[in-house]
This record gives sequence, structure tokens and C-alpha cells, in this order.
Amino acid sequence: MSTRQFGQPVQRKEDPRLVTGNGRYLDDLGQDAYEVAFVRSPHAHARITDIDVDEAVEIDGVVAVFTHEDLDGPAADRLPLLIPHPSIEAGRTGYPLAKDEINHVGEAIVMVVARDRYLAEDAAQRIVVTYELLPPVVGIAKSRDGELLVHDDAPGNVAAHLLQEVGNVEPAMAAAPHTLTLDLEIERSACMPMEGKGVLAHWDSDEQRMRIHSSTQTTTGVRAAVAAKLALPLAQVECIAPDVGGGFGVKIMHPWPEEVLIPWASRRLNHDVKWTEDRREHFTSSAHERGQLQTVTVGFDDDGRLLALDVKFWHDNGAYLPYGVIVPIITATQLLGPYKPQNYRVEFWSMYTNTVLVTPYRGAGRPQGCYAMERTMDAIAAELGLDRTEVRSRNFIQPEEMPYDQGLLFQDGRPLKYDSGDFPASLAKLKALVGWDDFPAYKKEAEAQGRKVGLGIGCYVEGTGVGPYEGGHVHVETSGRVNVATGLTTQGQGHQTILAQIVADELGVSIDDVHVTTGDTRRMPYAVGTFASRGAVMSGNAVALAARAVRAKALRIAADALEVSEDDLQIEDGTISVKGAPHASIALSTVAVMSNPLRYAFDESAKAATQFAGTYDPDKPPIADDDEPGLEGKDFYSPTQATFANGMHAAIVETDPVTAEIKILRYCVVHDCGTVVNPMIVEGQVHGGVAQGVGGALYERMAYDESGQLLNASFMDFLIPYASEVPHIETDHLETPSPLNPLGIKGAGEAGTIPVTATIASAISDAEGFAIRSMPISPDELWDLRRQRALAATSSSTPEEPA
Amino acid sequence: MTTETSNTTVEVTLNVNGVAHTREVEPRRLLSDFLRHDLRLTGTHVGCEHGVCGTCTVLVDGDPMRSCLMFAVSAQDARITTVEGLGTQDDMGPVQQAFVECHGLQCGFCTPGFVTTITAFIEENPDPTSEEAREAISGNLCRCTGYQNICKAVLRAAEIKREGANGGDGA
Amino acid sequence: MKPAPFVHHSPHTLDEAVETLREVGHDGKVLAGGQSLIPVLNMRLAQPAHLVDINRVAGLDTITVTDHFVRVGATVRHAALQRHDDAYAVLPVLRQALNNVAHPAIRNRGTTVGSIAHADAAGEMPSIAVLTNAVMEVIGPKGRREVAAGDFFEGPLQTVLEADELLEAVRFARFGPSTRTAFLESARRHGDYALAGVGVAVDVEGEGSDAVVRGARAAYVSVTDIPVVIDLTEVVAGQRISSSWDGVDELVQAGIAPEADIHASSDYRRVLAAELTRRALTGAVS
Repeated sequence: MSTRQFGQPVQRKEDPRLVTGNGRYLDDLGQDAYEVAFVRSPHAHARITDIDVDEAVEIDGVVAVFTHEDLDGPAADRLPLLIPHPSIEAGRTGYPLAKDEINHVGEAIVMVVARDRYLAEDAAQRIVVTYELLPPVVGIAKSRDGELLVHDDAPGNVAAHLLQEVGNVEPAMAAAPHTLTLDLEIERSACMPMEGKGVLAHWDSDEQRMRIHSSTQTTTGVRAAVAAKLALPLAQVECIAPDVGGGFGVKIMHPWPEEVLIPWASRRLNHDVKWTEDRREHFTSSAHERGQLQTVTVGFDDDGRLLALDVKFWHDNGAYLPYGVIVPIITATQLLGPYKPQNYRVEFWSMYTNTVLVTPYRGAGRPQGCYAMERTMDAIAAELGLDRTEVRSRNFIQPEEMPYDQGLLFQDGRPLKYDSGDFPASLAKLKALVGWDDFPAYKKEAEAQGRKVGLGIGCYVEGTGVGPYEGGHVHVETSGRVNVATGLTTQGQGHQTILAQIVADELGVSIDDVHVTTGDTRRMPYAVGTFASRGAVMSGNAVALAARAVRAKALRIAADALEVSEDDLQIEDGTISVKGAPHASIALSTVAVMSNPLRYAFDESAKAATQFAGTYDPDKPPIADDDEPGLEGKDFYSPTQATFANGMHAAIVETDPVTAEIKILRYCVVHDCGTVVNPMIVEGQVHGGVAQGVGGALYERMAYDESGQLLNASFMDFLIPYASEVPHIETDHLETPSPLNPLGIKGAGEAGTIPVTATIASAISDAEGFAIRSMPISPDELWDLRRQRALAATSSSTPEEPA
Repeated sequence: MTTETSNTTVEVTLNVNGVAHTREVEPRRLLSDFLRHDLRLTGTHVGCEHGVCGTCTVLVDGDPMRSCLMFAVSAQDARITTVEGLGTQDDMGPVQQAFVECHGLQCGFCTPGFVTTITAFIEENPDPTSEEAREAISGNLCRCTGYQNICKAVLRAAEIKREGANGGDGA
Repeated sequence: MKPAPFVHHSPHTLDEAVETLREVGHDGKVLAGGQSLIPVLNMRLAQPAHLVDINRVAGLDTITVTDHFVRVGATVRHAALQRHDDAYAVLPVLRQALNNVAHPAIRNRGTTVGSIAHADAAGEMPSIAVLTNAVMEVIGPKGRREVAAGDFFEGPLQTVLEADELLEAVRFARFGPSTRTAFLESARRHGDYALAGVGVAVDVEGEGSDAVVRGARAAYVSVTDIPVVIDLTEVVAGQRISSSWDGVDELVQAGIAPEADIHASSDYRRVLAAELTRRALTGAVS
């Protein structure tokens, strides 16, 4: 009797390979390829007046040096704007190599191809680019001024402007007994996967085929983009994601300039070419996210119930807009969380700045939205003197109101309609887990010892598993080996395990026999990518559907062979047997043999399927009109809308009364991602998400100076938390299955990250007794806030300020 | 005698995982690149090339060091151990086994640096507390796991190692 | 991020090292642990034409403990000194400070003497050198000379070492038996360069709760251009060990000049350094 795999903490199939150094990441491949280094702009805004490469080409081992002038065909054009949207007023994208104008430090100008990276860097160093400097626009405030422009033809630096309204905010606000306005700020961070980007291209001149390996979250996206940019038939281009050392969003952006340039150079030079991004490049030429200025006005009644919510925010999209307005749309829509605002108006401006471009980073606009909403909830509670969880409870959408339509359009262009969730139950679990009601006594005790402690909370709803679709292909070999392919890619989410769990159950085989391939366009050319917590929802359901098709076919063939009804059959451990008569059985591998009528016997088992074996009805064609050879099946899962996961976090922090150092004493998570395929993996996703959230709340920021230089473009100064900075995370969960898909799954990938900034801000505010309105926050900044408040409190005595 | 070598190549012999390898490399060749690209031992990864992330950590005479902050030419007298030298898929070392059991990895890119670091740590501290386990891994960055399961894996690895040691004790 | 080419020199004796430095020192760098140097080379922020790798020079990797000092050779790794029980027994502030130097993997390779020669005021060991009145043993083409720690540091990353000289060893002077020490620092992340750090040496008379402070000195990390010692004796002399150290704040804040950077303002560092001093004093005597 085989054990059901679904729902079990199955150890990961990929791990023995990865823990022994047998992973195959991008830079592990193409050991004989030429390597590439780029000359990148040291200026944030400039015009290129001259490029002198003479000294570089003289270096022994340098193969080629390319500038924009060398590019031909569509490769010389601007990169695509991937996700068009009607709100985009001035959509600007860059060139693979800068043409005349530079819009951020780090933009690629010259590509050097050499025998190895050392030589390529030697050459890059000798290239002299002459610039005419232009005034840079750095920071949202300066961009909003509109005095200086990033792009001459983008007036006011506005890339996009969108207003959505549900209900009628103005009269509701005017009639509200209480109103508050909050000005909020949140700074940039970045995905920072431990492996940067990387591309390896192999041009096969004999077959005129291009094979690309890219450390990407979407191989089908890269494939299509490269085919277009190199003017190649799609059929002549394939793209494979090898093991990918983390993505978190930055690798869903595509095509990165290098994804066009490396294949282009490989074809031009008729040689394998590889580029492995180094850490400094990753800081200044990949992507960042999070930077927003927000103004929230809220109207509420005496009980703290929302009557009207009016949000305006300015989103820093950096120098270009290749990914469109996905991030601010998500902020605008997901801001609502588990609440019913009654009347809601949200307006955003997506703004150009002369900084690295902004594309989704785990959470993708949700952390900012959650921060705006949860800061607002705390402000209401403070204004009315109510418990913060009480105010939240009063505004929750109730389970019986599901599905609940918020009346907005979500990032997938479909209604923002919550499918399920039990927010009161989640809150009850969270309060129990953290000991919410006991905290006042603890705080009082701490205060008596001269300690400052605070408790914070953050609630979120996350639209996960957005379409349009993913596919699954399941093939049973005559050996009994089951090959599963799905097109989306893997960056550590354990897809090879969870998809195998699903297929093993659906098909009735051992998980050891199931082998999953992801992100290889040769195996599954139709796919979208890994983002928006969609892997398990989309590909999980797709491979389940494909496995069900295979199962049906296997049962049909077996029923024929065993001369019983399909309904009487079961599959366990790879054997199809008659229920209640286990001796009447046939192996799935045998069915695989029988499914493919043969002329040639390639091995012993194949003999049974050859034409003289007597196993086929001579009156029928070997393959029926409506059938295909082989025991395989393919299917696609394409949902009508996203499924909505949710969760609530609580944190207890301690702030040092003198030094303002901030320590997280406890961190509690309650989450609901529907049916769980592998609880061990989901928990791991939550842990990792929280750690990234802690980074964003207390440590990480992109420190740009006025001239657009990134001052902390290294791991020494961009402070990713070590184990010493991440608290032990306590978790509890609910499972309210999604009614939208066959397996009841909702996504879990981003859940951990979304409410952390909001939760930590809430906890620090509670510890300090004043509201935190700008995140992330460092000890220095907290100390300065205290000082400013102390100064303001004693301003009548005009204390001396240091010169 | 002073050995002078220029940016033309020099012969470098390194003992890696018990095997001596000789290659002609430039003196500027980083140990990490030597391992990965000259010996093609690609289990050692490179995450920052400025010594902060710990992904490239290897054991030099048993001590964890950053292979991106050493030149191959400087490592000639040492015994180098990389993740490949700590076990195979069929015969994993205690740390590797513990990572699998405890879900101590996700993308796996930082993992070799943790495995080498922890291997040395439990050698020195065979029965660590949770706090010591956390401290021991606090010089390596992981962007996926939040470290909790890696901490767990440190304790579990020590346990497996102790069991192994006890298992050999027939009395 | 790959270093530019250089000529690698690997002397095996001190004489060879000195001779090599005489020849190429003006356009070269000494490579000991390399944990500060190699990141800079990888980023091509420095491109010396020559590296004089002293790791094979015989006799530089020894730690000697005498009645008066702990002598540390040029290739002694931080970790070796940190683990050295005899050194700890006679001069615990060495280990107290070394526990805060980066992370174990860096300490396994980086050298204490190298970090002093590097003279980064954000480094822990330069401040311990001045706190302990260490003596720098310098060797060069003109022979040996000794420099007091207080005279060694000239500015950020600058010392009195000539380009052709090598810091052969550092002798950290032992404190008297009545001196107690502590080291404290605050960094954004554990193991990072400190926002502020302090090592204190407190001279205490008597035992237990009756003990009285006779004097104290403090040396700082990250809040001055060069490592400095502030003598706190005037405000701590005669205090009980349960003191709240009144007056220390003012003295410390007047004696340091922290610079602002992306991690903290000057004012914050000043307050932090003063508070760490008070806590370190308490830590040392309790």
C-alpha cells in the first residue's frame, strides 16, 4: 500500500545533488566558452560623446569588443516593454548597449569578449568613454518636482498614472466622524539572490540553432525574446534554466540586455559565449524595488470602522519601465488586505529617476501596500484608544462573505475577487501564538526594569497563482520511469519534489520513479514563468491534470488487457490491479509498452508490443483514430482568476533606551495558503520570506547620493541579515482550500515577506510610543527620531543645536 | 630564494580533496576560480568576490576560509577540502545528510559554503547549543532559508557525527 | 571582479622579504592574510604592480608570551591569537577584541599584525595596539626600528611604515595585575565594521563590592581618524565598581570625532561610543 505523498513533509529529491556540490549553476557550465565583461556607466545621467576601444583590442586573449554601433537588426532596437498597460503615458526602455544616452550608473555601454573574465576585465578597464554629463534625477521627491527630466519626452518624469475608485470616497470622507492623514515612506531594497544573473549561449552554425542557458525565472520568455531580437525562427531557439541560485523576482525580468547580447555575440563569433554577473554588476545593473512615497487619508467611525480610504502614492520605477506598472498596480490593489474599505480611491504615479530600474522583488508591491494599510490601522487604533487587533477585526471581511469582490482590477487584468479565507480565525490563532492579551503585563514588567519593548502586528492578503496558464507533461517510460515536465522554472522552491509528490499520488507510482524537469523549452515550450507565488498553484494543478490523463489512458489499456471494467481497477506502486483481486494485475511499465505498438523490439519488454506478438486486434488499427501512441499526457491549467492566500504576523521587539538598537525578541507567523503539498517546504518558504522581510525592515536599503551613485554596492554595506540578525520564527497555519483549482492550493512563496515591514514598524511604534512612518529604520534613525521629539517637546526653551 | 613570478603563468600544485593537481595559472588567479575553472570542481560557488557572503568557503588545513580572498599560488602548501571532498550523493557526510533531513537548503547556491563551515565547526564543537549553532553560521549569507533550518541542521549534523563515532565503538 | 595582473614574490626568509621590498616596495604591497587587501584588488580599487607574499617567510607565525608582553608575528592569524590560551591568560583584551573581528573564516586567514599595518580606524586591533601601548617592530633595508603604537598611526590607512618596510611583529604590553579589561562594539550586523567600539583598561584597587577604581583608559574603533586613547582617570578615579560613570560621556564625546556615513550619523556614533564606554567600564569591573 503506497503512502499518500500529498501533504507530507517529503525530503527533497534535489538535495543530495545540491549538498554534495553536484548542482549545475550557470557559471558551472560552458567552461570553454569565451567570457564577457562590460564597460558600464559610472554616471547616472549623461550623453556618450566618444568611445575609444583601441587599447582594449590589443590585449592578447581579447576576442572582440562591441558597442551599440556593432549591433544589427532588432538587437539594435530598444528592449521590449513587456507588459503594456493603458495607464502608461511614457513607456521608455533601454538598449542592450547604450546608444547615446545613459540613464543610470551601471548601464552597459561596451561588451568585451575574451578568453577569460580576467582578460575581459583588463580590456574593459582600458576602454575610454567620453561623456557629456547631464543633471541626474535621484529620489522620488526630486522626480516629482519635475524640474529636471530623466527622459526629455516624459514630462514631469511620469511614466504612468492610474486612478481606481470603488464607491464614492469624497462624500464618505466628508461625512466621516474621524479622519486621519498619514505620510509614509518606504525605501528601496533588492532581491539579491546569492547567484547573480548569467547567460551562456551556444550557436550551432551547422543547424543554425541557438541554445541559451540563462539563470532566469522564465525560459519561454527569454526564448521568445531572443528569437525576436536575433530574428531567428522560434523553432531554432531553445532556452534552459540550469540550477538557479535564487531569483526572488529579479530573474523574471527579461530579456536582460545580456540575454540578447550573449546569444548575439555567440552567433557573430560562432563560439560559445558566457557572461556571469558579478556582485557589483548585480547592484547597479539588475533591478531594485520598494521605493514609494505614500499619502493615506482615512475616514472612520467611532468604532474604528473604515468609511473611506483615499491613497495617493508615488512609485520610483528607476530609469526605464520594461516591466510596466505591475508593482504599483499590486500595491494599489493588495493594499486592502483582509479589510472592507467601503469606499476606496487609489491613485498612483510611476516616476522615472536616474537609478537602477525597478521590477518585482518578492512581494512585488505588496509589502508597501500592507505597510500603508497596517500603519493606517494602527493610527486608527491610537486615535480611538482601541486595541489594534480590535480595530482590525471590525474591518475584516467575514468568511461567509467569501467570495468577496473588492471591485478593482488586479495585476492580471481580472477582478480582485477573494476566493476564500477565514481572517477572524487567523487572528485568533496569531493572538494565541504570540500571547497578545498577556503582552501589556509583560510590557509593564519590562518598563519597570528600564526596558522598552513593543508588540506589532501586520495582516495581508496575497493574490497568488495568477495566470495565464502553465502546462504539465507526464510520460511513463517502458521501464516504469515517469518523466514530468513543466515549463516554469525553479530557484529553490522544491518543484522537483512537490510536483513529484502530486504526480506520484495521481498516478499511483513511487515518488522515486518520478523525475521532474522544469524550465526547459525543449521539454515544455508553453509556459509563463515563476513569479507571484504561482509555481505550486499553476504547475501543481497542470501536472495533476496531465497525470490524470495518463492514468485514464493506463486504466483503459489495462482494462482491455485484463478484460475488466476500468472502474474496477486501481493503481498502486506502479501496478494496476483489480480491486479485491490483487493477483489480476499488470505493471504500469507493461501498459507503457502496450501503449506504443512497435515494429522493432529494442529490449526484452518491448517484444510484447511488436507486430507478431499477437496482442493487438487485427481488425483495428494499432492506434485508434482518436488516440496517440505512448503512455503520456499533457494538459494545461488556466484559471479564471488568482487565488488569494492570507496571513498575519506579530513581532515583539526591544529597543535600547540609549543606543536605540533594535532587537526582535519574538516573531510569529500564521498563514493560510490553502491545501499544503509539502509542509516542510512551505515552512521553509515562510522562514526565508520573513528573513528577507527583516532585511527590508531593519537593514537593507539602496543608498544613492544626489549624483546617482549607489554608495553601498557591496555586501559590506548593503546589509543582508546573517543568522545573527534573523529571529527564530514561530509558525502556525490554517488550511482553507481554494475552491478555484482541483488541488485547493494557494501560493506561499511571498507570504513571509509581505507584512514584515508593517509588523516591525508597528512593534517599534508600540515600544517607543510614537508612530514610525518611514521604513526601513536603523538604530541611528530611531535615535534621531527620539532626539527630534525631545527637541520638539522642549522647543520653548530653544535648546542649542550643534553647528 | 625569492621566487618571482609575473603575470605570465606559473605552475601551481594544489592538494585538493587529497589529490595533487598541477596547473599553469596567472598569479592573480583566485583560489575560487582555480577550483572552479581550472580543476572544474564547481561545487564551490562564488557569491560576492569580496569575502562577505561565505559562499566560496573551503577548508584550508581544516579551517574555513574564503577562497575568493586567496590566490591559488598562495595555497600551495595547504590541504584544501571542498564540498566535493565531504561526501557523495550515495555517501553523504554528516553535514550534508543533516541539510537534507532538516530542509537546510532551498536554491542550494550558498550551501557548499555552509557545509564546509559547519564541518569544521562540529569538529571543534561536537555538541553545540542552539546559540552556538546560530553563531557558527553567522558569517555566511543565505537568501532563501532564513537560517532556521540551517541552525537545526548544525545540531543534527553534530548528532549524526556523534552517533557515527559511537557506532564505531564496539564496547 | 577579478584582480589586475601583478608580479608575485614569495620570499622564504625575512632577509629575502626585506630585499624584495627594497626592490619593489615603492610599487608593491605586502600580502599577509589579504582579507582587507584582496577585496580591494578584486574590485580593482588598487592595482599594485607587485605583491610580496610573506606567508612562506619562516619564523613570522609565532606568538611569544613573556612577563612584559605578548609578541605576535606578522603572519599569525587572528584565529591563532584568539585561541591562544597563554596570551588570553595574560592579556585577555586580545581575545575580547578578536571575538569582534569579522567572522571566523576571515579570522582564520587574516592576520593581526596585518590589520594593524592596514591602519583602518574601523579595525579592532589598531585600537588594541594603542590601548596596550604596543611596540611595533619594523624591519626594512636600513635595519630594524621600533615604534610606539601611539606614534605609528598617521591617518586613515596611513602609518609611519615606509613603502620598503615590513611590520615584522607587534608586542602588546601586558597590563598590571590590578587592571581589568573589556571590549564592546556595536555593529549593524554581527561581524560588520563597528559603528563604534571601545576597549577599556581599568585599574582597580581592592576586591568585591569594596573595590575602587584608580584609573581607566579607553581606545576606540570607528569614531576617530586614527586609533586614540582617552584617559578617563579624572572622572572615574575613586568610583565604586557599581558606578554609573558620570562624567564619562562628556570626556569621551570631547575626545572623538566620528564621521557620518550611510550607516550612522556623527552625533549618533558619539553617543554610542560614550554609552559603550560606560557599559564596558561596568563590564570590566564586574
